[in-house]
Amino acid sequence: MAKLLLTNGMIFEGESIGAEGTAFGEICFNTSMAGYQEILTDPSYAEQVIVMTYPEIGNYGINPDDFESDRVSARGFVIKNYCEHESHYKSSINLSDYLKKNSVVGISGVDTRYLTTVIREAGAMNCVITTGEITDEIKENLKNYSMSKDVALNVSRRQTDVYKNDGVRLAVIDVGIKKSILENFKNLGCDLTVFPGFVSAKEILHGKFDAVLISNGPGDPQDAVKTINTVKNLLGKIPMYGICLGYQILSIVLGAKTYKLKYGHRGANHPVINLETNKVIITSQNHGYATDIDTLPENAIATYKNLNDGTLEGFRCPSYHIEAVQFHPEAAPGPSDANLIISGWVETIKKNKKSGFTSLLQRMIRKSGH
Amino acid sequence: MPKNESIKNVLVIGSGPIVIGQAAEFDYAGVQACRALREEGVRVILVNSNPATIMTDENIADKVYIEPLTIEAFEYIINKERPDGLIASLGGQTGLNLAMSLHKKGILKKYNVKLLGTSVEAINNAEDRELFKELMLNIGEPVPESTTVSTLEEAQKFAQKIGYPLIIRPAFTLGGSGGGIASNPQEFEQIVHSGLLRSPISQVLVEKSIAGYKEIEYEVMRDANDTCIAICNMENIDPIGIHTGDSFVVAPSQTLTNKEYQMLRTSALKIIKALKIEGGCNVQYALDTKSNKYYVIEVNPRVSRSSALASKATGYPIAKVTTKIAMGYYLHEIPNAITHKTVAAFEPALDYVVTKIPKWPFDKFAQGDRLLGTKMKATGEVMAIGRTFESSFKKAVTSMEDKNTGLVRRKYMQLSDDELKALLHVQDDRRIFRVAEALTRRISVDEINQITKIDKWFIYKIKSLVDFEQRLKGEILTPELYLEAKEKGFLDSEIAIFSKKHLSEVEKIKDDARIKASFKIVDTCAAEFQAYTPYYYSTYNEFDENKVDELKKSILILGSGSIRIGQGIEFDYCSVHAAWGVRENGYQSLIVNSNPETLSTDFDVADKLYFEPMNIENIMNIVNSEKPYGVMVQFGGQTAINLAGKLHERGVNIIGTSIESINAAEDRKLFEKLLRDLNIPQPQGRAVRKVADAIKAYEELGFPLLVRPSYVIGGRGMQVVYNADELLTYFNSALKFSDEHPVLIDQYIEGQELELDAVSDGENVLIPGITEHIERAGVHSGDSMAIYPTQTVSDNVKSQLVEYCEKIARALKVKGLMNIQFVIKDDKAYVIEVNPRASRTVPIMSKVTNIPMVEIGINACLGRSIVEQGYTPGLVKKTALVCVKVPVFSFQKLNRIDPALAPEMKSTGEVLGIDRTFDNALLKGFLAAGYTFPDRRGDVMLSLNDNTKPEGVGIARSLTDLGFRIVATTGTHKYLKEHGINSKEIQNFDMEKMQEHMKKGQLCFIINTPTSNANSARVGSENRGFMIRTIAEMYSTPCFTSPDTANAYLRALKYFVSKPKMTYDSIEKYRLEQPQEELIHI
Repeated sequence: MAKLLLTNGMIFEGESIGAEGTAFGEICFNTSMAGYQEILTDPSYAEQVIVMTYPEIGNYGINPDDFESDRVSARGFVIKNYCEHESHYKSSINLSDYLKKNSVVGISGVDTRYLTTVIREAGAMNCVITTGEITDEIKENLKNYSMSKDVALNVSRRQTDVYKNDGVRLAVIDVGIKKSILENFKNLGCDLTVFPGFVSAKEILHGKFDAVLISNGPGDPQDAVKTINTVKNLLGKIPMYGICLGYQILSIVLGAKTYKLKYGHRGANHPVINLETNKVIITSQNHGYATDIDTLPENAIATYKNLNDGTLEGFRCPSYHIEAVQFHPEAAPGPSDANLIISGWVETIKKNKKSGFTSLLQRMIRKSGH
Repeated sequence: MPKNESIKNVLVIGSGPIVIGQAAEFDYAGVQACRALREEGVRVILVNSNPATIMTDENIADKVYIEPLTIEAFEYIINKERPDGLIASLGGQTGLNLAMSLHKKGILKKYNVKLLGTSVEAINNAEDRELFKELMLNIGEPVPESTTVSTLEEAQKFAQKIGYPLIIRPAFTLGGSGGGIASNPQEFEQIVHSGLLRSPISQVLVEKSIAGYKEIEYEVMRDANDTCIAICNMENIDPIGIHTGDSFVVAPSQTLTNKEYQMLRTSALKIIKALKIEGGCNVQYALDTKSNKYYVIEVNPRVSRSSALASKATGYPIAKVTTKIAMGYYLHEIPNAITHKTVAAFEPALDYVVTKIPKWPFDKFAQGDRLLGTKMKATGEVMAIGRTFESSFKKAVTSMEDKNTGLVRRKYMQLSDDELKALLHVQDDRRIFRVAEALTRRISVDEINQITKIDKWFIYKIKSLVDFEQRLKGEILTPELYLEAKEKGFLDSEIAIFSKKHLSEVEKIKDDARIKASFKIVDTCAAEFQAYTPYYYSTYNEFDENKVDELKKSILILGSGSIRIGQGIEFDYCSVHAAWGVRENGYQSLIVNSNPETLSTDFDVADKLYFEPMNIENIMNIVNSEKPYGVMVQFGGQTAINLAGKLHERGVNIIGTSIESINAAEDRKLFEKLLRDLNIPQPQGRAVRKVADAIKAYEELGFPLLVRPSYVIGGRGMQVVYNADELLTYFNSALKFSDEHPVLIDQYIEGQELELDAVSDGENVLIPGITEHIERAGVHSGDSMAIYPTQTVSDNVKSQLVEYCEKIARALKVKGLMNIQFVIKDDKAYVIEVNPRASRTVPIMSKVTNIPMVEIGINACLGRSIVEQGYTPGLVKKTALVCVKVPVFSFQKLNRIDPALAPEMKSTGEVLGIDRTFDNALLKGFLAAGYTFPDRRGDVMLSLNDNTKPEGVGIARSLTDLGFRIVATTGTHKYLKEHGINSKEIQNFDMEKMQEHMKKGQLCFIINTPTSNANSARVGSENRGFMIRTIAEMYSTPCFTSPDTANAYLRALKYFVSKPKMTYDSIEKYRLEQPQEELIHI
């Protein structure tokens, strides 16, 4: 037995499919029909409880190749029907055992469609899953629960990692990065140095990189104060790219405002239109916050818009050599239509490097005394 | 890009008659297309030869042509109507092939008609095996090792190189007709030969068999802006090797990881971008079960059966959006009908599981070859939606409308484990039930997987159902256990059997625990957005989303389930019209149906759609939730009628003809009594349950006799018997499939058959017209050619028919539609059948007379008399046109089926030839049904039974006059010689020679009358006849098995030879003209 309690007082009962215990978090739903393994291990879900709208989960088990990080960042997992007998040649462990191993609380047998409509109508809220009883203490704790301000730094790495390669040199700021983002850049030959989220601008500039990538990650972008500061100090000094939280941070640094969406975008079917080419692609998304399109500064150009709700999905700022997207061009899970954005960025970085633009920028920075 | 404003008139091609591989899905697609075009202010010209479709209703298009789908007809119509554009991708393979021919012949160019949507080049690249293979190699998409050949020799060369098994796929054919898997040179030669014959361009693909791979399909869409979306992916439970149309299919895929799902999606999008498809497209894959290796199997550059399934499975209207794209729109410019806020450029997210199960005709063709392969055999399909795989699968099995629901099939319980395992290797329509039986016996999932190659995921899921059956058997039925059973999709009736309780006890547990079904909405977005689709499916133990408008009275219309022989698209036509009619009367219309191919399951036809099994429990769930004013059972064929009694027992108001009257017409004894009381002549008959009664019956009635079980669809199990042996054989086998109801034995009157459809308000009847069958009584009305208006019927007979119809309608207080069949002998009419419901001919009669029968019937049911509706009761004056209905068969898809016409229905569809004279209409009917008229006068083979030999003399004379040479089997040869007609004798037993003749195409056609109608009499001369007929089917040689059909064909042939000038007009034009000619005698 397991129980799910929402802050609005609603209780859903079901079977426990994960670890014993009690977990608090923000409840959110994901509409992807496949890819629960990638979703569970995506650090952007830190301190959240994920509801899968697709009802059959666990079908192909868990395999060694599809992790997005080496742990489960989500606090809890809510599904309709758990598949006890997974079937896949790659599967090394079933979902339930995997959740247990990672101390993640899970509940099955929930009317996830109804739960989704509740979240859709009431908006994002907190919840608690417990394999025990819902005590007054738990209720009280839920009332007082809030997501930690340092959630992004908490999932970020503590050390700097280097992945040598013979391509362009990229500094990556990890505020909860997914493995497949790194894989995408690695596959394009990029030489990667991955810094923790609390890295300083100085340290990055010292490394003479060709560009900076700010990763995806969890939480309210305005809470990522340290990283925002770092990025502020990099502004104009090095080309920067951002994905998801990285995109939000870049938009804040440029002066735009972010706001919390009623219930976020989480799924593998979000259409976005490229405002410059009028082309539409289907993207993988996972964000609870958005950048207010009306607050984009004049030197920034909106590049992508969500066709469902018209929210901003991408911008570029030519004067500062910044490009960023809200959605996930690395997919995982989801369609790879936006993969080309990553290779496009790498091409641009390469071109700039070849034309001597990057070194010019670096010389200018040194001259100006930074 | 906004719409192309230069397109003002568009020609839409329908898909013609229903055949295996091309069913009601194209009516659904075509209607969506016509509506989408008219929304844009475009004038729509529609051509289709199939009169049973909604698309040929005059309110669907601006001009409706029910004409043969031939180049000649199209050139004529194009010349007259001068369309700016043509949509080809919505009329199935037929429409696509026709459009390509019009292009190749330069007709499109000549009249400046633009092919809208996917281009000719793209179609060619997708359809031509060689071009397709080349393109795939160019873009790096893997295809199985294969070669395209035009001769047997080339094929053999490849076979020697690659080895067996090999798959043979003919180019440009529908449903894989003529294809198959060959595991040895003999099979190979035969399949390649028939494949080359069937392919319109004499081309087949021979490829390495990758049987055992997972079969995955993607429904994708592209616009001219290069935006591509994947609407749905589907996984076949049956691995590669069984045609997807014959496979159990789930949506979305269940066993694919995200990486695999996306790998194939990426590939599909790459392919449609390379092909430059504009509109919907289907891509099929084979995926290895042990690596990420995959092959592209096939691309259909058009709307297909799979896209109809995908539309229903997701709620995404593929045909409609394809049409908008053809009109120039981009996906992101097309509004989303479901959310009202978003656009069509998105990918549906499902929060349920969809299962599709094919409907095969083997219940009718007990002798048929049930093996499944690359050639599709199913006539239709059912779909079910559930929140879990278990419930979805169980509901789909219920929707099959088998005698048994559930997974238990008693016949497999008697097998030994070894026998059962051996039978698991057999890929036929019943394998899933053997899998269930094997699981019941604890045969391991691994072993079953090894044998069947069905993914273990599915086997485990079936095992969980089988295991649950054991729990129901062993445990006390608590409310908790009951609820768990409901969540898994078990019916109350099944729970009762397993827990050894009476149904009422189970229902009491349900009611006491206040357990009831709840309903969820299909919304394309997994509840992410507020949806406005009134599209529901049931579930248990979950929140009920059903919004019942209690202020509005509603009426529930029962659909007709899957398309099957004897219950085709015509009932969908009636269901859809019923929904419209109900709404016009101010009621909320509710439809329930289980068939994904049809228009009735389009969510914008009725006010609310329930996608549910046509089972009493599922219907009652809806009734209990909606509390409708009543239920209409008369439009959904026998499926709906069979539910009437059960609904009535549960206190549900049956709108229209009462249940007592339905029973009076269906129950032989009551019916006989009724006709006797009304003093209406009828063949004498008996209803018998025991062999002794049967003997007594034939002694009293004499031979020939017509025997059949009661409560049947399409004359299933019906047969003419000529002697006691045949009768007893029949009787013994018939009881097996009808123990609830008796076997009916009637005198068989070999006369002319007439049929009428009428609307009754309980007092008066309106008879739009009488149709005359070309074949004499004894051939099922669904398989007979039929003429309206009658050509040879006397006024005396007509007045008998009208009188009897009025009498019966009044006696039964029929409210709504009714159909009566008569046999005429010596100017005296005998009533042979009364159906107090919609019949197969309602769409035709409604169209040719412009009398909306269903609407009038609904109004009558709801209290408006015929007179109040402005009609004069009685037989309506005949219209100016003449039409001939010609049945169309699908024997080429089914092995070992006797194509001979019999009392049992065998056709899958029909066409209508319409014109001003009988001869024109007859000729058009034959042409539309796909018959050709040979230019050269070659050989015609005659092989006649003794009954028809005298008639054969006349036929032979006509043939000789026309310049044909007659080849006759020994007996027929002798008989003809005696009557002074020359023929070349062919030895009775020389099957090889006959085959040789047909293979070389030396035989223009065959006339073969069967010795006996007994299915069991496959010996002696009848066996030879059966062989001749099946070989004829194999080599596509026309074969006439009734002298009446043969005479009609010869008449058409003679007329054709006179080179008549054919004209093609809209049905409206024909109807409104004055009669040009008086009655002709045939």
